[in-house]
Amino acid sequence: MKRDVVTRSTMAAALGAACLLATPATAERLVTSVSTHRVLINSNFSGTELVLFGIVDDAPAGTLIGAYDVVVSVRGPARSYVTRHKERVLGLWVNTDSRDFDQVPSYLAVLSNKPIAEIGSPEMLRRYRIGLVNNVLPPQAGSDVSDVPPEDSFRGAFLRVKTNEGAYTADPKGITFLTPRFFRAAVPIPGTAQTGDYDVETLLIAKGAMLAQQQTAIEVVKTGFEAAVAQEARNHRFFYGLGTALLALITGLIATLLFRYD
Amino acid sequence: MPIYLPIAELPVNVFLILGLGLAIGFISGMFGIGGGFLLTPLLILIGIPPAVAVASVPSHMAASSFSGAISYWRKRLVDWGLGFVLLSGAMLGTASGVWFFALLRRFGQLDLFIALAYIVLLTIVGTMTAAESLRAIVRSWRGTPPILRRPGTHAWFHGLPFKLRFRQSRIYVSAVPVTVIGFAAGFIGAVMGVGGGFLLVPALIYLMRVPTTVAVGTSLFLTLMTMLVATVLHAIENRTVDAVLALVLMLGGVFGAQFGARAGQAIRAEQLRLLLGILIIAVGVRVAADLVSKPVELFSVVPKEIWE
Repeated sequence: MKRDVVTRSTMAAALGAACLLATPATAERLVTSVSTHRVLINSNFSGTELVLFGIVDDAPAGTLIGAYDVVVSVRGPARSYVTRHKERVLGLWVNTDSRDFDQVPSYLAVLSNKPIAEIGSPEMLRRYRIGLVNNVLPPQAGSDVSDVPPEDSFRGAFLRVKTNEGAYTADPKGITFLTPRFFRAAVPIPGTAQTGDYDVETLLIAKGAMLAQQQTAIEVVKTGFEAAVAQEARNHRFFYGLGTALLALITGLIATLLFRYD
Repeated sequence: MPIYLPIAELPVNVFLILGLGLAIGFISGMFGIGGGFLLTPLLILIGIPPAVAVASVPSHMAASSFSGAISYWRKRLVDWGLGFVLLSGAMLGTASGVWFFALLRRFGQLDLFIALAYIVLLTIVGTMTAAESLRAIVRSWRGTPPILRRPGTHAWFHGLPFKLRFRQSRIYVSAVPVTVIGFAAGFIGAVMGVGGGFLLVPALIYLMRVPTTVAVGTSLFLTLMTMLVATVLHAIENRTVDAVLALVLMLGGVFGAQFGARAGQAIRAEQLRLLLGILIIAVGVRVAADLVSKPVELFSVVPKEIWE
């Protein structure tokens, strides 16, 4: 696994740069910096880790660890999904019911310093989209409006399947406070991550009240050979197909020549 | 060792894919089938998106069937005439199959239809192949002379016009049933996302009475042609052909096919047919088991028309 190593000097430099861009606020201010703004996908890419550092500026003197709660939400490019439910019909397990989840994050990581439920009231969590469940709206119930899914089972199933795939992560121990005002988060980016823009949101909360927010973005892009292949497949479809077919013939011929000892 | 697939957009273990290609290539060369009915579900099982698996498997089949076809052709076991007549039917069948596929998708339940089609076809073809070859094995074991040709018996289609003589296959039949067989193989292949070789070989052997080795060689030639066309069509229509995945599969496939072709020619014909029958039945049973046993996860999540 390839990991981005953040040395102390680059970290300090990044934090310094981020300080200049920090938003003016009433009391506490939040300054964050991510280890990289571009995740490059090359031929041996199998996932990476994004490191986020943050500091609470203008905090009152004598603040102890635990005074602040931090939630980092990383949302990948929006995609639409269908969640299907299987039931037994005439002894066979077949898809009977489905719900659409339109424009939900293809990747979602919610990191916090303690369980989400302890951070704020359910209303507050919903309002600020904190936690996996608050990032995915309940699905549309298809053509039949009265057909409301029992106990929101489709949303629960969707989150469960995406979590098992590694696309969604909820880590209530994902934020580590190194000092009362300085924290660190490690965001796992899986190999299956979709290319596109990822939105990184950091929330500073104390006793259930929102104090400050910070937004930044990272980009996941293909580079070199991978980017070239994807581009060819998109722009020169016929020649790409012909090229692949030709590759098949050449490979077949080479194998035959290599084995031609009889 | 991971390798990133640029179109599927995920990393895979290169040795796993290479091994899969090798194993399926071996089976492909041995039995003269494309192996798509085995490889496509396996790729989906390891996490390749179905759209990419269905579009990339044909190029693997083209490579391994080309390698296998050369091997059979050098031994004069490809009937070109028969191959071209079959091909004309197969092209028509593939086009109709692609159209029927779109029709099924509009009505939903495509998965169920494909699973049921797999079970019915694989069970029938597999049982017929296995039962016949078992009878032949028992016959030769008892020392009864095998009944190779039955000059007196004529099926109804022998009365049809446009009769052609296929020398390599030692048959003299109308072009009509041959075209129909090609059409059926192409149609079912396109609908089920496979090459159709597993239908073609038994049909040639049992209906057309083509010698097993010539049936295999001719089927390889047909698979090569249809899969080359399928690769280009998928690249144009769906844009989901993953050249990196295809190349790794091919590399395994062509070497596997070489060993497979050798193994196939070394084994007695009826034993080869019995093995093919068992393999086909096994896959049918596997699909059936999936359909009747309770899945661990009752819900599934699929991207909605991600490949617009």
